[in-house]
Amino acid sequence: MFYLGDIGRYFIMIKMSFFKPSKWKIQRKLIFKEINDLIIESIPIISILSFFIGGVVAIQTALNLSSPFLSKSLIGFATRQSVILEFAPTFMSIIMAGKVGSYITSSIGTMRVTEQIDALEVMGINPLNYLVFPKIIALLFYPFVITVAMFVAIFGGFIAMSFAGIPGEAFISGIQMDFEPFHVSYAYIKTILFAFILATVPSYHGYYMKGGALEVGKASTLSFVWTSIIIIIVNFIITQLLLS
Amino acid sequence: MIEIKNIEKSFEGTSIIKGVSTTFEKGKTNLIIGQSGSGKTVLLKCLLGLHEPDSGEIIYDGISNKNMKESDRTLLRRQMGMVFQGSALFDSMSVIENVMFPLNMLTEQSDDEIIEKAKKAIERVELSKAVDKLPSEISGGMQKRVAIARAIVMNPKYLFCDEPNSGLDPKTAIVIDQLIQEITKEYNITTIINSHDMNSVIEIGEKIIFLVSGEKNWEGTNKEILKTDNKSVTNFVYSSELLKKVRKHL
Repeated sequence: MFYLGDIGRYFIMIKMSFFKPSKWKIQRKLIFKEINDLIIESIPIISILSFFIGGVVAIQTALNLSSPFLSKSLIGFATRQSVILEFAPTFMSIIMAGKVGSYITSSIGTMRVTEQIDALEVMGINPLNYLVFPKIIALLFYPFVITVAMFVAIFGGFIAMSFAGIPGEAFISGIQMDFEPFHVSYAYIKTILFAFILATVPSYHGYYMKGGALEVGKASTLSFVWTSIIIIIVNFIITQLLLS
Repeated sequence: MIEIKNIEKSFEGTSIIKGVSTTFEKGKTNLIIGQSGSGKTVLLKCLLGLHEPDSGEIIYDGISNKNMKESDRTLLRRQMGMVFQGSALFDSMSVIENVMFPLNMLTEQSDDEIIEKAKKAIERVELSKAVDKLPSEISGGMQKRVAIARAIVMNPKYLFCDEPNSGLDPKTAIVIDQLIQEITKEYNITTIINSHDMNSVIEIGEKIIFLVSGEKNWEGTNKEILKTDNKSVTNFVYSSELLKKVRKHL
């Protein structure tokens, strides 16, 4: 019953965040600020992580393809498939649940603790529209982050194989081998859903938190746990629906 | 003027406000006093519309809160200014941006008009030198003054203050109290202050209601409170040894 109440409140929060919109002039500023905070500032960490993960995926694939009868181009093929289907959209979203999710929860939670949300309500402003809506819109640009992650991870794999003495042509021909465009669509469908989860689940934990400064930290941790769990479950459902 | 009739409010079966009735007059500083946990903040939140009373009626200059539409409630809220206990300033905005915020969000005025009005409100609270500073760069007393400027910039009909001088030294606390009283007279607004600070009670309490466990126990002025025989009130007002000695000489 406890979780049912939470689920109901979560959907009401989403609905309310689209009501009583603030003036477009203000909304535009907020959206650009969120794009900077949530998207642009995430690119460096996503790039570093993707580069090394791509490298590790390529090395581990090469380790399992040591037979001389197997083409070296399979390393490029396996790296591409792993990165596009799973590592870039899902693994990076889990990392973003930690980075972006805890930022969202703690910033909204602090506003709750310091009565800034009450101040918005007293002024007759819809706090959910002011705080949550710009984050949902900003995270529509999240596929851009995942695109960067895909390219950088494959590049990381290419560099790792260059160091291992695998010919670059073999890796590149592997990347081009049996390319299935629907796999990219599948990755982006997942990404859009994860973006919505990343914007709304941490906002929910921040907005409805109770208590003081200590509870802000607890809410951030809880938000990371729930965002990750929901992403993994949604990932499973979408994969079942689209790929099985 | 705000009139409340038999307001009751409970949370999860625990009754917090028990049938409080009174009138908060226009152009006066009305104080709600009482010990911590007496229901002051809940009553203030009911008046602000942040809590819906379980029963009873709140009448704002003849307009009842009963059956009020959401659009009317929003309009009413725009006539309210609020000074929160912790000031509730937006951390990422400068002093002037904080004061401009309600004008930016709720009016269609030009940027020049908004800046002019915000500067006027900041001038009124004597903070002209701090316009570009962030809340974290100014003192607690200055933050309270910014909160007052933000509350009055929309020319409200009602000003609510939740413990406006908590965390301030006695001298700054009196400056804030006097500023609120001056603004109340100047703008002819209905001001309601939650407090348990005896200096505020004596300094600016033109109308005082005393709450005990969610019930109105006493009502009067700052002159009357010093001489009342109500035991709960005297225990609250003359709580320290020093004040007990002062009372003997009154």
